[in-house]
Amino acid sequence: MNNTIDLALMAEVQQFLYREARLQDSHAYDDWEALWTDDAIYWVPANGADIDPEEQMSIIYDNRSRIGLRIKQFHTGKRHTQLPQSSLGRVVSNIEILDANDSEIQVASNALIYEVSQRGETVWATRNEFLLRRTDDGLRMARKKVVLVNNDQPMYTLSFLV
Amino acid sequence: MDSQSSTPNFSELVKEDRIHGSLYTDEQIFQLELEKIWYKTWVYVGHSSEVPNANDFVRKSIGPQDVIMTRGRDGNVHLLLNRCPHRANQVCVQAKGNRGTFTCPYHGWTFSNSGELRGFPFPDGYDTADRSELGLAKVNRVAEYKGFIFGSFADEGPSLEEHLGRGGRDAIDRLVQTSPEGEVEITAGFLQHKAKANWKFLVENETDGYHPQFVHASIFSVAKSGIGDLYSNDSTAVARDLGDGHTENDLRPEFRRIDKPMNWFGTNEQRLPEYVEKMKAAYGEEQARKIMIDGTPHVMIFPNLFIAEIQIFVIQAVAVDETIQHVTALQFKGAPDLNRRLRQQTMGSVGPAGFLLADDSEMYERTQRGVAAKQPEWNYLGRGKHRERRDEEGYLVADATDEVTSRGIWRHYRELMES
Repeated sequence: MNNTIDLALMAEVQQFLYREARLQDSHAYDDWEALWTDDAIYWVPANGADIDPEEQMSIIYDNRSRIGLRIKQFHTGKRHTQLPQSSLGRVVSNIEILDANDSEIQVASNALIYEVSQRGETVWATRNEFLLRRTDDGLRMARKKVVLVNNDQPMYTLSFLV
Repeated sequence: MDSQSSTPNFSELVKEDRIHGSLYTDEQIFQLELEKIWYKTWVYVGHSSEVPNANDFVRKSIGPQDVIMTRGRDGNVHLLLNRCPHRANQVCVQAKGNRGTFTCPYHGWTFSNSGELRGFPFPDGYDTADRSELGLAKVNRVAEYKGFIFGSFADEGPSLEEHLGRGGRDAIDRLVQTSPEGEVEITAGFLQHKAKANWKFLVENETDGYHPQFVHASIFSVAKSGIGDLYSNDSTAVARDLGDGHTENDLRPEFRRIDKPMNWFGTNEQRLPEYVEKMKAAYGEEQARKIMIDGTPHVMIFPNLFIAEIQIFVIQAVAVDETIQHVTALQFKGAPDLNRRLRQQTMGSVGPAGFLLADDSEMYERTQRGVAAKQPEWNYLGRGKHRERRDEEGYLVADATDEVTSRGIWRHYRELMES
């Protein structure tokens, strides 16, 4: 990608990431699930940013079917750790388009998430990488990698959509 | 009880079918537990396969203590405390690696990976220092059972084999034979999941067969899991007190009734042809079938090693109201196809975002907050007391959902705390 910024593309990507953040913060589970492609991978590694998720434990390493299971579990009304739901506010920033062609866009961004739950208040900081794909329904996530900056440390339960 | 001024009386706090809530909240009791349990009895530290080569090391813990597990040049495993004998700086801040010596970054003192002081800079500054007295401290006793390495801060006491007892040893024996080569490997990396709760809530929950149908109803229903049925009121599984604080939920009666190899892992022989073939070659057709029907154990080795069929949890007490669960998938040597599925299933189930453990941990934290309420003071653990019985091995057992396990844990706890 050359050094000039495609402002229209940037605006489109920004709007998509803000929408995803809003759906997560508001626990709009089904609308969020609809943002994924059929071959999606949702990955939250542990112990670094570059582990091999096929060999090493990750905090989340969901294929499309397991993303669906995660959402179904929320809908049972018995996902105790989200009863009541965490109160969330996140800031998405540092949005950078790393690569783009007609069908796919690679994006990096950071997120700072403030969570209030029954336990107390927790701040989460993440470096994110997305592979967005153009579809007939607009941009969709084919891959989202969430690198929690504390992913090599003991952490409390993280049961909202990160 | 006036816990601020007097030594707690554990006979008053731990009764046969109820225990006092202060056991989870009292700072003085936590300090006594460190002294009487964590810094005295055998505590699980790590697995031999985490330091496979000479000079490998990995940071571990015994309760709040920071322990470096090393494999020396001679092949022996050492458990070192991470404190320079000079001015107490941590000598190691890496999580793992391979090195023959540790050099303290503060003043350059260097230690071998078996703890001995090798040298310090500008030695003419010391005229009487006895180098043999200035090594890294070591955990007093180190012992291994089939790859599982334990440490004890007591110079004397029961051997590891005595501590594990027949029940604990049998559980590990059953576990390792799930590998066609008879060995477990801990190689998939750990998730570290913190809970704002006392460690004993976790220990008790691990073999509480009463909770799964309620705490895990959400995932059992959407994943169409059969696990819930194993802990139903009609289950033929049993809860067992193995003695010395070790407990288990023995699911084999159910698996034997169903009589399908690999059903314990929610799968079948057809999906793991390579593994099944290797098992038959290793153990013979009949024994392999028996192993593949019985599955792996669900055993809590007191105080901190929970073997949970497909993963292990290492429980680390760090404060009266804070506990870390270190969890990883079990891997069986010579079983790559099984291991891949074990990792996938473990990642879904456990850790901070796990389908199961996020809800368990929610309960740990809610019980910690709940037990702060002044009344009714006691937790009632009487479930199944009337149907406790001795099995053919002489162990105390009861039905799958009974609290014979919690009662066993607390009986042992009281003994340790009164010792």
